[in-house]
Amino acid sequence: MRRLFDDELAELDADFTEMGMLVSEVIQQSVDAFMNRDAVAAQKLIDQDHQINEREIALEQKTFEMIALYQPVTTDLREIVTILKAVSELERAGDHARNVAHSAIKFGTKQKIPVLEQLIAEMGRLTTQMMKDVLTAYVNKDEHEARELADIDRKLDRLNHQVRADSYEQMRQDPSFETGASIYLNVSQDLSRIGDYVTNVCEWIIYLKSGQIIELNSASSGTEG
Amino acid sequence: MSEEILTTQDLHLYYGEKEALKGINLNFTDKGITALIGPSGCGKSTYLRTLNRMNDLIPNVTITGTIKFKGQDLYAPSADTVQIRKEIGMVFQQPNPFPFSIYDNVIYGLRIAGEKDKEKLDAVVEKSLRQAAVWDEVKDHLHESALALSGGQQQRVCIARVLAVSPEIILLDEPTSALDPVSSSQIEATLLNLRHDYTIIIVTHNLQQASRIADRTAFFMNGELIEVDQTKNIFMNPAQKQTEDYISGRFG
Repeated sequence: MRRLFDDELAELDADFTEMGMLVSEVIQQSVDAFMNRDAVAAQKLIDQDHQINEREIALEQKTFEMIALYQPVTTDLREIVTILKAVSELERAGDHARNVAHSAIKFGTKQKIPVLEQLIAEMGRLTTQMMKDVLTAYVNKDEHEARELADIDRKLDRLNHQVRADSYEQMRQDPSFETGASIYLNVSQDLSRIGDYVTNVCEWIIYLKSGQIIELNSASSGTEG
Repeated sequence: MSEEILTTQDLHLYYGEKEALKGINLNFTDKGITALIGPSGCGKSTYLRTLNRMNDLIPNVTITGTIKFKGQDLYAPSADTVQIRKEIGMVFQQPNPFPFSIYDNVIYGLRIAGEKDKEKLDAVVEKSLRQAAVWDEVKDHLHESALALSGGQQQRVCIARVLAVSPEIILLDEPTSALDPVSSSQIEATLLNLRHDYTIIIVTHNLQQASRIADRTAFFMNGELIEVDQTKNIFMNPAQKQTEDYISGRFG
């Protein structure tokens, strides 16, 4: 028997996935905007950020309503809780993408540092891929994929450390690089944080499947920052 | 871990040819609340009634298996049903006060047992009504008819009537299904107070009631015990799909 709850849950699920796709696009575009130093595209992303926040609020309200009206238990409850928690992670990931767009504008025409440029490009590629994959893992309720994504997050953290080391090295060699290098540092940190939030979504996918609340990558960059 | 006060082993019950309980193994440790849930006709009320031999009165009933209360076989030929029902009391779905005063309702069991000491009876009436959380509401009307009370008050007087004979186990068969939400929550609060001193077994169709008050929940279906566990586990992560489907409202 199909319950009214199932229809509403399917709708909630679709809205959540849609928000995920939006965040995923924003991350992709903000990385592109930074790599191309495209201030126009970056500004557009900043202006659109409220869309993500509005979707987060709408999804939260819907989950509260469903909890109050249906009093879900077991798997039903886990589905709702997963969405409720994961939308916050998506929204925060969106905030960091917006920061990357800000950095694109701030960097302007300052001189690029090839070694850092390369590292950031790699981090951007990994972050956008992670975001796309976590949505697939969510849609397929794929616990295995969720666990594998945590490995990419560790790779991101290593790259983040590399960016940090190289930035300080550049600043030491040539103090005129200071402003530029500090922007690389910020972008690297933002991308690394996006990886952390995606990893948190992975944890909620595992919870959805197993009922276990676990910590993937407990000593991740989020605690060092 | 407190010891087991009531044990059921391979319990079968037949109404004529029909097998209503198909080999129930379920034990109860001393104190706390266990809720029995399941769809209508699943056998949970039948099972509850076997625990103080209420099914004895129904013709054509055959029971096999063993129920032991503190190690004593409840269905042994020597077992005394009056004594059993004193130690294992029952509260029913419809509040069923006798058409006497509140006072006489509460002391009914003691009076039958021959207790005449007025002072002792007074004390039992107050203590039982207090335990049933209805004392403050009825203390000035103890000699008025219990039938004049509201449904929720009547049900708490019925609980007091069971408590007055100092039972160890209290069985309740959907005790709030005939009551409004306010009275129901008063009964629930009463049971939560009693769970420290009594072993309480409650049949309920109200799943939220089970999740609110029961320490343990047992799920019955088609005459079988499907699963019993801590209430938290049953409602968060049951082991059996049938349990999950039932408590999530996926029927049929």
